[in-house]
Formats: sequence, C-alpha cells, structure tokens
Amino acid sequence: MATENKVRALIHGTEALRRGVASPIRVTLAHPMETGLRADGYGNVVPRNLCTRFECRLDGALVFAADLYPAIAANPTLAFWLKADAPGTLSFEWAGDWGFVHRETRAIQPT
Amino acid sequence: MRLRPSPGGTTRGNLPSTPRGAAAVLATLAVLAALGLLASAAIAQADARRSGLDFMSPALQTLQRDDQQNPAMLAVQDGEALWRTPAGAAKKACADCHGAAATPLAGVAARYPAWDAASGQALNLGGRINACRQRHQQAPALTADQPDALALAAYLGLQSRGVPVAPPADARLAPLRAQGQALWQQRLGQLNLACAHCHDQRAGQRLGGAVIPQGHATGYPIYRLEWQGLGSLQRRLRGCVVGVRAEPFAADAPEWLALEAWLAERAAGMPVETPAVRP
Repeated sequence: MATENKVRALIHGTEALRRGVASPIRVTLAHPMETGLRADGYGNVVPRNLCTRFECRLDGALVFAADLYPAIAANPTLAFWLKADAPGTLSFEWAGDWGFVHRETRAIQPT
Repeated sequence: MRLRPSPGGTTRGNLPSTPRGAAAVLATLAVLAALGLLASAAIAQADARRSGLDFMSPALQTLQRDDQQNPAMLAVQDGEALWRTPAGAAKKACADCHGAAATPLAGVAARYPAWDAASGQALNLGGRINACRQRHQQAPALTADQPDALALAAYLGLQSRGVPVAPPADARLAPLRAQGQALWQQRLGQLNLACAHCHDQRAGQRLGGAVIPQGHATGYPIYRLEWQGLGSLQRRLRGCVVGVRAEPFAADAPEWLALEAWLAERAAGMPVETPAVRP
C-alpha cells in the first residue's frame, strides 16, 4: 500500500527555466494508483483508485497533458520539456477516481 | 564478535594523554606502533562490504541518487512540514526545541540505536522520536510504519546522508548487539534459515529474480518499489522472517531492536543513504 502523504506533489525545474530554451520539468504526485485488481490480506478487492489525467497549463494554455492507466506505479513521476518566452504562471492539475483533484501553481520568471 | 573491517581503522580505546615519564612515553610509542600496524592491516584488507545500492540496476540507482526523481522525497517533505507543526497536548513542534531547520542534527541519525539514560533502555531513531513526542509534546507514540513516523525518520535520516554509520561506543548496548548477532545467526522457520545464510554466505547470488544483498541497513526508512511506498527496517526484517516461514516477533518485541543494533555495528563506517530506494 502506498504511503499516505500530506504533501501531495513535488515540482522541479520551474526555477531553472531560461527564456526560449526548452528545459525539463519534473512532477511527482503522491498517489496510491490502486488498480482495482488486487485483493487485500483478507481477500477483499481493494477498490480502484487511479489518477487518470495530468495537465500542465502556462497562463491557461495547455502545454502538456498525460492520461494515466493502471499499469503506472504509485506516486507517478512525469517529466516533460517546456519552452517559455515570458514570465507567467504554470498551473498543474491532476485528476482521478473518486473526484480526486490536486492543483498546484508556480510563477515562472525565465531568465 | 566478528572483526569489523573499518576503513578508518577506528579504535574504541582512548590514548593516554600527557604521559609523565619516559616509560610512559615508550609505552605510548609502542601503542602507537601497534595502532599503525592495525591501521595498515585494515587498509590492506579491503572493505568487502557493499551497500544494496551496488546490487541495483543503473536506472534504480539513479532513482535513489537524483533527489528530483526519488519518490521518498514526498515523505521527506512531509517530515519537514511535521517538524514545524505543533503536536500533542503541549502544542509544541520539534522545531520549538531543536530549531527551525534540522540541519544541526546532521549525523544524529547515524548513531542510532543509542542508549537513552532517561528511560534506561536502548532506542532506535523511531523510538527516540516517540520519546520526544511523549515527554515533550505529550503526544501518543507512533508505530514504526505509521506515515508520520516514517516521514520524520526520513527527514532526520536525510540530514545524515553520507555520514558514516557510527554506533556509539557504549557498553550498555553490548548485550543488545550480542543478542542481535545471535539472532542473525539463529536458524528460523520452516525453511530453517538464518539471516547469515543468505546475507553473509550467499550475498550476490540470486533468490528467484532478485539479487541477494549483503543486508546493510544504511538507507532506512526505504522507498521500496514492491511496497509502492516508504517502509521501516522492522517491516523489511518482518518480510524476511515471514519469507523463511517463521512467525514474526511482535511489533514491540525487543528482537527487532537487537537486530537493528547488530546491523548498525555490522555496517559501521558505511555511509548513510537515507532515503534509499530498493526494488
């Protein structure tokens, strides 16, 4: 079983952005990614609990999105490249089963 | 007790200070010469101990070494937040006594299990955190695998990353270490195997698809991919005990602490890797 964390996400790379240069962004979400196919120690099926969608927007415009499926391990890490030309706001949103939504924002200042 | 090959050739004895007579000087010189011989012997006999990190694939090694990828960093961030959050009836946070940052606690985690004079017993890091919770925060103790306990231990352990494991030279810990060493060599379960049979005698060979590591507990709490989360040394040991089809000790049994004390002695001088990643 995944460890339950209070801090839900780690976001790296937003401070190292340089103007007009594609740079890596890494995001990790604390999430059990339970497939719904497993049984617990008593033989009861553990209900499915997946994060199914990740979206990253720069000032509202979609720059990266991913659909997540049961084969992805707990605490999924996603890495992608981002080229920003001006200061702005990056918003990150994860959504999944049972109405799960987690949002983070980072102000970026590409140098 | 097994001779511990230590890279620094550390000795537990104290050198005589300010010798008063020529005889004392000579004796000191003789001691120094003997120490020199010991040290060179220790260097000649290369340290054959290897961390479990060395037995993993390059991709997994990167997962541990790169803090931006290491999934245990989620728990470390939790621990950092917990450090500053008031808890218990006393409404005190760890930071109220120890300071806002835990960086002055570098090297502390590397010394546990250690003797706690107040309670007259040995404590591991989790036990030390619980002692603080009960004495100063008036908060309930946490079990070894509760998320908060793991998060705080991971945060504290991270402050000691790279520091050599340094079990204290405390005679009061000797019986515990001896008990742990005896358990290490004690056959257990239907498979009738001792820890030593796999981790001393067959380290580097395979058990099914997995390489058997030497079993140095330098990176706990670890993020284990099989667990999909962070877990304690007790959980890892329990997995091995169940694996040889033995009845595991109770959660608060002294055997776990004894094994931990022996493992710290066995891994003395190896760098702390907390929070480590293991398959």
